[in-house]
Amino acid sequence: MRTVDMYWLPRLSAERDELRQLARAEAVTWNELVKVANTQLDFVQINRVDKLLQKHFAAEQLDDKSVKTLRVAILSSSTADHLVPGLRVAGLRRNFRVQTFLGDYGQYIQELQAPESALFHFKPNVLLFSFHAQHLLGANDPALSFDDASAQSEAIADKISQVWRLARQRFSGQIIQQTILPVYTRLMGSNEHRLPGSAAAIVDGVNARLRPLAIAEGVDLLSIDNMVARDGLFAWHDPGLWHRAKQEISPAATPAYGDFAVRLMAAQQGRSAKCLVLDLDNTLWGGVIGDDGLEGIRLGQGSAIGEAFVSFQQYARDLSRRGIILAVCSKNDTANAQSPFDSHPDMVLKQTDIACFIANWEDKPSNIRRIAEHLNIGIDSLVFVDDNPFERNVVRRELPMVAVPELPEEPALYAQCVADAGYFEGLQVTSDDFERGGQYRANAARESLRASHTDLASYLKSLNMELRWAPFDKIGQQRIVQLINKTNQFNLTTRRYTEKEVVTTMENPKALTLQLRLIDQFGDNGIIGIVIALPDSSDLRIDTWLMSCRVLGRQVEEATMNLVVAEAQRLGAEKLIGEFLPTKKNGMVREHYKKLGFACAAASEDGATRWLLPLENFKPFDTFISIIRSSTRG
Amino acid sequence: MDKSAILAEVTEIISDVLDQPDLILGLDTTAEDVEGWDSFNHINIVVACEGKFGVKINTAEIEELRNVGELVELIEKKTLARAAR
Repeated sequence: MRTVDMYWLPRLSAERDELRQLARAEAVTWNELVKVANTQLDFVQINRVDKLLQKHFAAEQLDDKSVKTLRVAILSSSTADHLVPGLRVAGLRRNFRVQTFLGDYGQYIQELQAPESALFHFKPNVLLFSFHAQHLLGANDPALSFDDASAQSEAIADKISQVWRLARQRFSGQIIQQTILPVYTRLMGSNEHRLPGSAAAIVDGVNARLRPLAIAEGVDLLSIDNMVARDGLFAWHDPGLWHRAKQEISPAATPAYGDFAVRLMAAQQGRSAKCLVLDLDNTLWGGVIGDDGLEGIRLGQGSAIGEAFVSFQQYARDLSRRGIILAVCSKNDTANAQSPFDSHPDMVLKQTDIACFIANWEDKPSNIRRIAEHLNIGIDSLVFVDDNPFERNVVRRELPMVAVPELPEEPALYAQCVADAGYFEGLQVTSDDFERGGQYRANAARESLRASHTDLASYLKSLNMELRWAPFDKIGQQRIVQLINKTNQFNLTTRRYTEKEVVTTMENPKALTLQLRLIDQFGDNGIIGIVIALPDSSDLRIDTWLMSCRVLGRQVEEATMNLVVAEAQRLGAEKLIGEFLPTKKNGMVREHYKKLGFACAAASEDGATRWLLPLENFKPFDTFISIIRSSTRG
Repeated sequence: MDKSAILAEVTEIISDVLDQPDLILGLDTTAEDVEGWDSFNHINIVVACEGKFGVKINTAEIEELRNVGELVELIEKKTLARAAR
């Protein structure tokens, strides 16, 4: 039986010894465990890493604030104990501490309803529902008519969505639903759909119905049916083991199951990667452009290898259409590196697709740092793809926070490898995602305009900026939730809110909510800022203030402040209260309120600060931005 | 792979599953003799052996296993059958 390998992770050197050494050591650091979790481990090794994790880092022993705790409740209709180590180690892999709660199996309805249930006391921020097929289908009659079978699929999907709604009444976190594992043997064969009452056909029907329901209910799916289509049922499920131990997921597949589940949680926490950094020679084309020249590199029709590189480029281009930023990091002369982009007829990627293009002879870790700085995104949101094992290892050693897949030697498998690793796991798509590529191109145009202006003021003036604002609304909702959950750097409090919580705030007439869009002569930057302020006796407390780093240094902070003050005055507030809650990533806004004229009212030991600004004597900042109220988001 | 090599490999697997690095097993060792070898770990031991040796052990065979020696013999039989194919 084949297993599901996480082949994109590097292998542990002398794996058994290294794990044994850790097992014998009296003290083990969190980072040592994170490092081991980022290697290829089978389920036995995962269980051993989990034991180390539990031994050294049980709940109270970890005081590193940069490690976020996820409280995951697994509500299952079958045995799920064996899934726990895979989930916890997948969390570790991403620097999360995952704490788990296992419902008694089959008892999830009671757990969700009882006011003082153990689940309630656990205070989960993620609910993972895993229901096995027999539990949902019961005794199934294959001879059902088309209409009756269709009604049955509908009823099952509906029953599942009722469980979600029940959960929503008491829990505000992320809800993940595992799709139904298609375990049933087919009765007809390829044309199973002609027997709509067969269990296999019903499961297909339920899974198809779950998708629109999950979108409507704001639930994230763990699409195990897709993984089975890729790996084969028996990589995930062992029918013998099902009868022996009621384990629906085979132990051998639990590391992958944990990783697939935790990547959904990471995406919800804003920790999916944002940028794909590409090497050039033997990564985007075959051969070495500096030696082989434009005519010599292998790319395009006429050679199998050349076609494989084209398909990888197409994958990268499609990722960028989805909102992933592309960058190039290559050891090459710039002119050589750029020539295929400009003149090779089979290049799919053009220079305009690349938001940051670095080709020189310096070491790659320095260049990758430069790319993160240039794009104003966290270095841990980069994925670096390079065919050269030496470069991969250097980058892993110098920049352990950058994801570096072990690329297969076969270029036809590059895209599959990047996809399987799940770095860019996404939960939602917004129109801003589709426009992002263009926005980064416009940034490059702004940079060159800046270079042509001798002083900043005349440059800012020449941009003709408009800050268009509106309270939160249905149209902007998805993007608002996305920004709240993924903005790490310019984020004063890093409070994450679910869609439901955002809607509640949106409907609160006393809350001030702002979505801000910046438009300039190069185009629309999309929604770049979010403010939530809530009444606090006669004052207004700024609960959330976050901005996209794309628009820093353009007076947007000051213009937003003018707007917040004007709105606060309209609401009759006396003072504004600002808060700064430090995280590993938001150091750039430590002085934010000071710069805006607030006085520091309190500072606590952990670095959190509280700020006050009386509104009476506020003098608006001079900026080159006109503030315009938009009736809709546009 | 002869019996003693299989026994060495099986011992390694079992000590990894049970997380007991210095475990010593003989052919006549049974699950009851070893601390922590419960039904949950038994499943993991069988699945890990299947993966390591590239064989499939059937439900009926698992039910009949009485000691480490019988597991080693079963694996030997299955790996030989595969080699003969």
